[in-house]
Amino acid sequence: MTPLVEVRNLVKHFERGGGFFRAKTVVKAVDDVSFVVNEGETFALVGESGSGKSTTGRCMLRLVEPTSGEVLFRGQNVLGYSNSQMRAARRDMQMVFQDPYSSLNPRMRAFTIVEEPLVIHSIGSKPERRERVADLFKLVGLDPAHLDRYPHEFSGGQRQRIGLARALALNPSFIIADEPVSALDVSIQAQVINLLMDLQDQLKLTYLFIAHDLRLVRHISTRVAVMYLGRIVEMGGTPEIFANAQHAYTKALLSAVPATDPDAPRARIELDSGQVSHDAPLRQVSEGHFAAV
Amino acid sequence: MKVKQVPLLAVENLTTVFDVAPRPVVAVNGVSFEIRKGETLGLVGESGSGKSVTAFSIIGLLQPPGRVTTGRVMFQGRDLASLPEPEMRKVRGAGIGFVFQEPMAALNPVMRVGAHIAEALVVHGLASKGEARSRAIDLLRAVKITDPDKRVDDYPHQLSGGMRQRVMMAVALACKPPLLIADEPTTALDVTVQAQILDLLRDMKKQFDLSLLLITHDLGVIAETADRVAVMYAGRIVEQGTVREIFHQPKHPYTRGLLASIPGGTAGSRLRAIEGTVPNLASLPPGCSFAPRCGDRMPVCDTAFPEVTTLGSEHSVRCYLHPSTPDSRLPTPVGVQQ
Repeated sequence: MTPLVEVRNLVKHFERGGGFFRAKTVVKAVDDVSFVVNEGETFALVGESGSGKSTTGRCMLRLVEPTSGEVLFRGQNVLGYSNSQMRAARRDMQMVFQDPYSSLNPRMRAFTIVEEPLVIHSIGSKPERRERVADLFKLVGLDPAHLDRYPHEFSGGQRQRIGLARALALNPSFIIADEPVSALDVSIQAQVINLLMDLQDQLKLTYLFIAHDLRLVRHISTRVAVMYLGRIVEMGGTPEIFANAQHAYTKALLSAVPATDPDAPRARIELDSGQVSHDAPLRQVSEGHFAAV
Repeated sequence: MKVKQVPLLAVENLTTVFDVAPRPVVAVNGVSFEIRKGETLGLVGESGSGKSVTAFSIIGLLQPPGRVTTGRVMFQGRDLASLPEPEMRKVRGAGIGFVFQEPMAALNPVMRVGAHIAEALVVHGLASKGEARSRAIDLLRAVKITDPDKRVDDYPHQLSGGMRQRVMMAVALACKPPLLIADEPTTALDVTVQAQILDLLRDMKKQFDLSLLLITHDLGVIAETADRVAVMYAGRIVEQGTVREIFHQPKHPYTRGLLASIPGGTAGSRLRAIEGTVPNLASLPPGCSFAPRCGDRMPVCDTAFPEVTTLGSEHSVRCYLHPSTPDSRLPTPVGVQQ
């Protein structure tokens, strides 16, 4: 296994408030997070709202600037890159966003949305780009006859495919998918998940999959990191985490997932936040399995 | 054999139309179901299936251009669909309580938590202004809000999403209605908070002797909470049955598809997705609305919407795979059956 991306001691603090008579408060959105994403795998970051999972993803692409830490992409620290170096690096690392309704410019045609990254990186002539976009449309299961439609003429699932086509335009090797299906209907979610898995096989993609839906994470990821209040509290192979969770928060999270069998026994584990030591370091529980206990 | 009792709520052939250009859209199309005393009916469907419009039609909160065109909503011996607004206002809150998806949108941002509850009590003449405050604190305690005597003076923005949903529940239960309608009560919440709210709903059901209409798109929530389930697709109920019938012996290809598309099974395997997209209500196909996405589509599916076939005392389906005359029944297709 070759590491593709390595995040080391990533920290992002947001300063909030602060007025004439009031001190600023610091929110530790990401608090000393480290993990490795290996080539070809799907690494999932799970957690609830406010756990810092999306901020971690955004820091890795420098969509927000981290406070400190390192993000190594193929061994190079992208946090040290100049703007032009970073722009070049983003060809290889792309993002798919959660909400296909707000992440596509409503005044741009689907073709222009998908073509834009090619224009920015001065790739191909106009007719070549048109052909490339048509190919991308086919790749993600859209009809190239709809190239000149506007986003509102597509359904939610189709819009997410447009977002995916745009992310794939520059042939990246690494994709951060931030809750890519949570805004979609149940029957459409499965279509997009299948597409993500097919594309991974076909294009040898590496995914960082940010999600709160544990059923989904269990299905598609090879390894999982559980985030809680800005920290990774548990990390390991997906089957191991689901079968043998060690951290109190992971246990509570797993027990909260509704069973899809009316006869399944309900055993809710409530999280006693007093039980959780916030400063416990991650320690190895078994081969490849770490927990802050 | 159980004695057939009069249901608490009986929706009969309810049709709700939105009068929009160029032609009216039928959002709810001939929907019928009952809720018996003490039971939870789960109404499940995707966006645009008409499940929320059904709820709004029941409690008379439809906004124009929406209107109920046909059907009856029998509740405690009266037809709510033909009840004048002043009478209806008495039913809302006292007869039927409701909880919506977005508690922040449902709570008034400039009113304290206690005032929301007190208002419900005072409007229905169940408490004087003086008593209302202590009743509000009791209700907040009932929905398991810690420090209810402090929280009663908080504004909604000071509370977390889960707490707001608890406050909504306290408001809804203030007048002890026999029926509670909860429309996606946990959709905007995190999974651990969702679990707490579902536990609370079950608890409240016992404590207040409630019947519950639970509207959701999440089959997991249904499996955990409902006694019976009605599956809606494009404005119609396509299958109805006990929670076990729906989850263990689903008959409609849409119900089967929904269940099969839930991630589970072998990790990394392809999910069994339902192809195509949720149809546009303004341009439904002439026959079965699900036919264009259905793996079992037959020529007859494009003729007219199938009638209801009764499969058991609780189980019914609208699909040509299960025709009402038993001798013409087709073999059960191999497909997405779990």
